[in-house]
Amino acid sequence: MSAVIDTHGHGHADHGGHEHQPSGLMRWVTTTNHKDIGTMYLWFSFTMLLIGGVLALTLRLELFQPGIQIVNPEFFNQLTTMHGLIMVFGAIMPAFVGFANWQIPMMIGAPDMAFARMNNWSFWLLPVAASLLVISFFVPGGAPAAGWTIYAPLSTQMGPGMDLGIFALHIMGASSIMGSINIVTTILNMRAPGMTLMKMPMFVWTWLITAYLLIAVMPVLAGAITMVLADRHFGTSFFNAAGGGDPVMFQHIFWFFGHPEVYIMILPAFGIISQVIPAFARKPLFGYASMVYATSSIAILSFIVWAHHMFTVGMPTAGLLFFMYATMLIAVPTGVKVFNWLATMWKGSMTFETPMLFAVGFIFVFTMGGFTGLMLAIMPVDVQLQDTYYVVAHFHYVLVAGSLYAIFAGAYFWIPKWTGRMYDETLGKWHFWLSLVFFNITFFPMHFLGLAGMPRRIPDYASQFTEFNQIATVGAFGFGLSQLLFLYIVLKVSVFAQGEKAPAKPWEGADSLEWTHLPSPAPYHSFHEAPEVK
Amino acid sequence: MNSKLGRLTGGLLLALYAGLASAAYQLNFQPPVTRIASEIYDLHMLMMYVILVIFCVVFGVMFYSIYAHRKSVGHKAEQFHENTTVEIIWTVIPFVILIAMAWPATKTLIAFKDTANPDITIKATGYQWKWGYDYIKGEGEGVAFLSALATPQDQIHNQKPKGENYLLEVDNPMVVPVGKKVRILTTANDVIHSFWVPAFGIKQDAIPGFVRDTWFKAEKEGIYRGQCAELCGKDHGFMPIVVEVVSAQKYTKWVADQNQKKAAAAEDPNKQWSADELKARGEKVYAANCAACHQPTGKGLPPAFPALDGSRMATGDKNAHIGMVLNGKAGTAMAAFGKQLSDTDIAAVITYERNAWGNKAGDAVQPAEVKAARK
Repeated sequence: MSAVIDTHGHGHADHGGHEHQPSGLMRWVTTTNHKDIGTMYLWFSFTMLLIGGVLALTLRLELFQPGIQIVNPEFFNQLTTMHGLIMVFGAIMPAFVGFANWQIPMMIGAPDMAFARMNNWSFWLLPVAASLLVISFFVPGGAPAAGWTIYAPLSTQMGPGMDLGIFALHIMGASSIMGSINIVTTILNMRAPGMTLMKMPMFVWTWLITAYLLIAVMPVLAGAITMVLADRHFGTSFFNAAGGGDPVMFQHIFWFFGHPEVYIMILPAFGIISQVIPAFARKPLFGYASMVYATSSIAILSFIVWAHHMFTVGMPTAGLLFFMYATMLIAVPTGVKVFNWLATMWKGSMTFETPMLFAVGFIFVFTMGGFTGLMLAIMPVDVQLQDTYYVVAHFHYVLVAGSLYAIFAGAYFWIPKWTGRMYDETLGKWHFWLSLVFFNITFFPMHFLGLAGMPRRIPDYASQFTEFNQIATVGAFGFGLSQLLFLYIVLKVSVFAQGEKAPAKPWEGADSLEWTHLPSPAPYHSFHEAPEVK
Repeated sequence: MNSKLGRLTGGLLLALYAGLASAAYQLNFQPPVTRIASEIYDLHMLMMYVILVIFCVVFGVMFYSIYAHRKSVGHKAEQFHENTTVEIIWTVIPFVILIAMAWPATKTLIAFKDTANPDITIKATGYQWKWGYDYIKGEGEGVAFLSALATPQDQIHNQKPKGENYLLEVDNPMVVPVGKKVRILTTANDVIHSFWVPAFGIKQDAIPGFVRDTWFKAEKEGIYRGQCAELCGKDHGFMPIVVEVVSAQKYTKWVADQNQKKAAAAEDPNKQWSADELKARGEKVYAANCAACHQPTGKGLPPAFPALDGSRMATGDKNAHIGMVLNGKAGTAMAAFGKQLSDTDIAAVITYERNAWGNKAGDAVQPAEVKAARK
């Protein structure tokens, strides 16, 4: 037995054969272990989810009725901006990196990530960036209030909070790039003998593609925000027409990053769903190869559709047509993925434990977000819907019911492997049903608000929008509070070490290496010797 | 037990129905009044039907499978996992559906972009936070005015009951004749705004330093309301757009009225005003243009919007103060009002600011001084 006992109760207490490692806080600060780092990523992202959620609930409270009640318009804009930035860069993205850290080495039979020290560094940059974001609320002028898209020239008008926001984005971008390099290197070089690319679990494939997307577009974001910084402080005029610049150029650069970013937040979710559905249908994933091709097609298409976020900016007819057609094309590979999941379920032998519930919920609700996405791709219809609550509904359907549900599905799926204990199934099911119902109460009415003509990012609205806003606010509080149930479920199995002991393979249909070759909980150091994959 | 539950459900449904009947649960687009807006409406409906069919088919399959292929009903898993034929089928069918959708969309898009041969051209300029309309070609040429939110602050702050058109009412609406092609040129003075009138099916961003265009031909008289649709800072939610579509005769009369008003308002910039006249007028100008940021109390909302009460600017050198109002301050929300307000209005508002609240500069600024400072 090791001299180092896991005092944090994360369930690696019986790991064997490792030497000289600090304990207590320093264990976490200096750790180079992919499992520790994955755990930190996941806790970090959950913390940010709660912070971003509190901001969202404050917004919803203000929007409960017309008039200005609890926050003034400037602060309202800060809340919308920070809710977006925190959820995108603080909650969803790091959560998927957390999954990658835990799962990729175990799924490909590698002992750890390729660059273990860089892994530590890419995590520890995140709390620094998050602190900058939170501090920005307390500087003169408050936090950035130009929306998460920080369109110039509005963003050049802001106070020092915007500079903090820009630095935070730079740091998070650096963290993402390092994380991605690590993931690409690990996947390409450290697979167990016999595991060819086309034998990799789907989750690994989606992360390989996502990592390439991140490496391609995070520098583009860095370029855009650096130009904003230069316009703000160094007298440049990148986005200032009076100095020969062009405000629309910011949008082109931003969305060249922004659209692949959307897929960065959904492809790993596709990966998780592709692990969960076969496991609970007790049947191999249908159309593995076509899933790989569909994912790659989505990634490639993501680079040529960015201007559909800018249909109302004013573009030549040919440009509008190109971006409309290209955007519509994305429906094809996305449809292929959904059909393949359904074919995997078809004639299976399904059971509906919490991970499967979230996965089926994902397919159902995410597809609705896909339908509204198709609607928004049609340029003339988009003209009516651009910057309305319809768009807000659309991207919450794909980001909350899409990415977040997949994160929950993955968490429940792998918690037995991570902690060595089974989560509370009854509570898990409650968490699913509450989340599903309240999610739809919150976001479904927003479609109607957008169609009827309510713009997004407004602190106050005309009286005819009152009823749906009230329904949405009630739903939002229900949804927010339901997530505390998830916190309780996770704390119970991890920190308080309660719950039934998990067998090595608690899910009958699961077949990747972490289930077939490792005990639960997975030992602190797994795969000292690479397994043989046939 | 069952009947109790039934009655409860019935009661709830009844209450829900009553709620639906009384409240404005609008589920679709606003009624269209231009050809483009009706095409958009139809396109949206067409897509809704297609999507509904796909939805029913796809999730019909899924829920059937969930029902029939469960372990708990004893279904044994089959192990098939590949079939190139079905993969091709479910790639090709969506593709064909997409082409069917793209066809009408393309037609509408091309009509939407055709801004040629307008009867009237109006430039809409976005300011933080109001709109400016300049009639630059066609009947009404030369008419120009600003259009700002007319809803009083005490309605917004819940001190008075909200009016019927809360937040969707302006002091000076855009007026256009029915059945004429109106081309809107959009631009902005400070940040990006967006000119949106849902009933016309148009939304066009207004970009500082650039001109973009869109068009509409309203087929029905009436008052149509829209809002700025691009986040433009603090009062983004408070810069509505109101377009009044009137008959040709009424429009001609409106143009004549506007021209008359303009002639009457053309003031002699060299007239000497008394300090009290200036202060009285300045208070109104302040309320319309400055109070949103600097607040009616002059205390501002520091640090983004500094106080004027007791500030160095409003109590110090008069010329610096004139320069600030005329040219604004780069990199802040302080706009250049030189192009928005007349010399007299600027003189009046500066005089007011220097002598209101606790400020006792005691001096008055004459329009002639503003005129001189413009050069």
